[in-house]
Amino acid sequence: MAKPTTPRAASAKAKAAAPAAGADHNRPRPQTPADYKASKEELLEFYRQMVLIRRFEEKAGQLYGLGLIGGFCHLYIGQEAVAVGIQSALKPGKDSVITGYRDHGHMLAYGIDPNVIMAELTGRGAGISRGKGGSMHMFSVEHKFYGGHGIVGAQVSLGAGLGFAHKYNNDGGVCVAYFGDGAANQGQVYESFNMAELWKLPIIFVIENNQYAMGTSVNRASSEDQLYRRGESFRIPGLQVDGMDVLAVRGATEEALKWVQGGNGPILLEMKTYRYRGHSMSDPAKYRSREEVQAMRDKSDPIEGVKKYLIEAGVSEDDIKAIDQNIRKIVAEAADFAESSPEPELHELYTDVLVEQY
Amino acid sequence: MGIVIKMPALSPTMEEGTLAKWLVKEGDEVKSGDILAEIETDKATMEFEAVDEGKIGKIMIAEGTEGVKVGTVIAEMAGEGGEAAAPAPKAEAPAKTEAAPEAPRKAESGTSKLASEAKAVMADPDLPAGTEFVKTTVREALRDAMAEEMRRDARVFVMGEEVAEYQGAYKVTQGLLDEFGDKRVIDTPITEYGFAGIGTGAAMGGLRPVIEFMTFNFAMQAIDHIINSAAKTNYMSGGQMRCPIVFRGPNGAASRVGAQHSQNYGPWYASVPGLIVIAPYDAADAKGLLKAAIRSTDPVVFLENELLYGRSFDVPRVDDYVLPIGKARIMRPGKDVTLVSYSIGVGLALDAAETLAGEGIDAEVIDLRTLRPLDTATVLESLKKTNRLVVVEEGWPTCSIASEIAAVVMEQGFDDLDAPVLRVTNEDVPLPYAANLEKAALIDAARVVAAARKVCYK
Repeated sequence: MAKPTTPRAASAKAKAAAPAAGADHNRPRPQTPADYKASKEELLEFYRQMVLIRRFEEKAGQLYGLGLIGGFCHLYIGQEAVAVGIQSALKPGKDSVITGYRDHGHMLAYGIDPNVIMAELTGRGAGISRGKGGSMHMFSVEHKFYGGHGIVGAQVSLGAGLGFAHKYNNDGGVCVAYFGDGAANQGQVYESFNMAELWKLPIIFVIENNQYAMGTSVNRASSEDQLYRRGESFRIPGLQVDGMDVLAVRGATEEALKWVQGGNGPILLEMKTYRYRGHSMSDPAKYRSREEVQAMRDKSDPIEGVKKYLIEAGVSEDDIKAIDQNIRKIVAEAADFAESSPEPELHELYTDVLVEQY
Repeated sequence: MGIVIKMPALSPTMEEGTLAKWLVKEGDEVKSGDILAEIETDKATMEFEAVDEGKIGKIMIAEGTEGVKVGTVIAEMAGEGGEAAAPAPKAEAPAKTEAAPEAPRKAESGTSKLASEAKAVMADPDLPAGTEFVKTTVREALRDAMAEEMRRDARVFVMGEEVAEYQGAYKVTQGLLDEFGDKRVIDTPITEYGFAGIGTGAAMGGLRPVIEFMTFNFAMQAIDHIINSAAKTNYMSGGQMRCPIVFRGPNGAASRVGAQHSQNYGPWYASVPGLIVIAPYDAADAKGLLKAAIRSTDPVVFLENELLYGRSFDVPRVDDYVLPIGKARIMRPGKDVTLVSYSIGVGLALDAAETLAGEGIDAEVIDLRTLRPLDTATVLESLKKTNRLVVVEEGWPTCSIASEIAAVVMEQGFDDLDAPVLRVTNEDVPLPYAANLEKAALIDAARVVAAARKVCYK
């Protein structure tokens, strides 16, 4: 089969693709998921969360520009539907989540206080990691959010371990391990796929395919660029999903949960999405055209998509605007909190290295 | 009040840049995400986006201006109005911490323990009078430790290559599958990176994994999880996320297995904050310290030695023999010279001490047992008495535990030294296969004796 020579941008119409050609059709497979039928209240909540992520990340970018945030800072702008759609289907306190370094959006979707996230970004003592983690290293064990990992692909093995713990404890929980199209080429991902399927671990592997691993497009880095097929040789079924549409994401997650909770072992979701900003704040993103980004924003923006659903559901422009205003206020407060909180006490340098004393 | 737009920092190191081009002009309406300008940093030309909605008021810095400092106001914007508009960004640098540089709160610090006083660490438990000692191999002692901890705590499980049905590549896990079943004794594929990560994730998820590497040479495939995932997480999470895991397996030279299967990773792991590193010598320590390692809330690297697995030692027959981590053991008291070692080197140091005794040199032998945190207090205390010190290490000399001991002794025990500290280590080469070359590369008791004589000027 000929390989496409141009990057396959996320198509708003990608939806869930059929099972991979050539797969063993005698094996049971998950059903082709349908778009989630959201109530008006659910749609409003999706919109609220996605706008919160968008505005929060824009503010983080601004604070970075002011020198208040240092180091690396990877923004989630454009990918909001993925985290929001998936998290909305999970059971808080029961299911666990782990991701890579593009983690702020996920944490917001999990209901973690924007103030402590922003304060971590600015390296303050009130930050969720007490200022010692930074943008890439944030955790909330309370919310079963296990990070926040800076090594590309590490969270896939760690996530399989969280899935292992769910199964070992027989607690009915499922782990969702998010990783990018770049991480999808790491060796440990496949070691983990192998063991996860071998041991039927309750885990949903989610590839957030935002088309570029830093500056390298998927088809320049991946011999099989249809990433949802990457689990097939381990007998892990994959679904390709329009990651710009929160209802498609939620629908696919429901199907994935059904599969995993049915004791079938792991499943792989490829979320076709797009990041509007550079890989990190210091990435000029010269590997793609301004027109490409603009076309995505114009045609496939996940927030505009939900807005459309809201208007169809009879929500007024004024109501939407009120949400926008409220989110701006929350984000402005988070920024104020993050700027005005003190830096960590110097003695914190020495705390938390080890738990016990020896 | 309008919003000021400042020259952004667009990389971790940027201090100034060139305002290459304005893409908006005064009076333009912009919304968040619109590109305002192109800015050249030292590395690249970057696009600078609007964050807030509003109208561009006044452009203060013309395009083409070079050397614009980060934070300089480059334009003013009229906000959307109302309280919802973002507040004007503050120009001040992050608030300076005025707190005086107080002494670190040692009680909460693991690393501070590296220089801790002897009284801060626990002593070995006193054994009741008349305690029976049982000849036990190191292999059996390790197995007993795991079995006892698995009986005690349902969260403990063992995972690795050939640990279950094969009964352990070196038979260390013999019998565990029969007693505990395949839920808790788990054979893995040969994928060290993957299963080290799965173990680490399981520990984060609340379990107590014991991850066996068939040898620590293969753990190089997995070292990322040991260091980046296990060791750093508690710190990076501000103390929220624990990782109670034990990575164990044989370490150091075995017999004629060549360079890739023969090296001592003690110094590697001992250099990493956030890890506990244990390298026992005899069976009693192997048992008592492995039990302590499994109970520890911190990640532990537990370095065994294949050549010691089959050796028998006395192990006290007591119900729950748990030893303190971070405490060295005086294996043989003496007054003329201190021989410091760990793992298989301890046996050579004891042999050397016997020979030296015949020559009238009374050597004290210290087994470090834990390489991190290092019990420097016991070493310095011994030095006060003997004034002479030799470190014996089955490993390379460069950046070794021996180097570390030498540095600590120089820094903290300089006045007690009557002779330079000598290091007896392997030769600084990959371990060769040929029998004669391998023998020449590795330490032996004769070299320890020679070094001890030298520091005693005999």
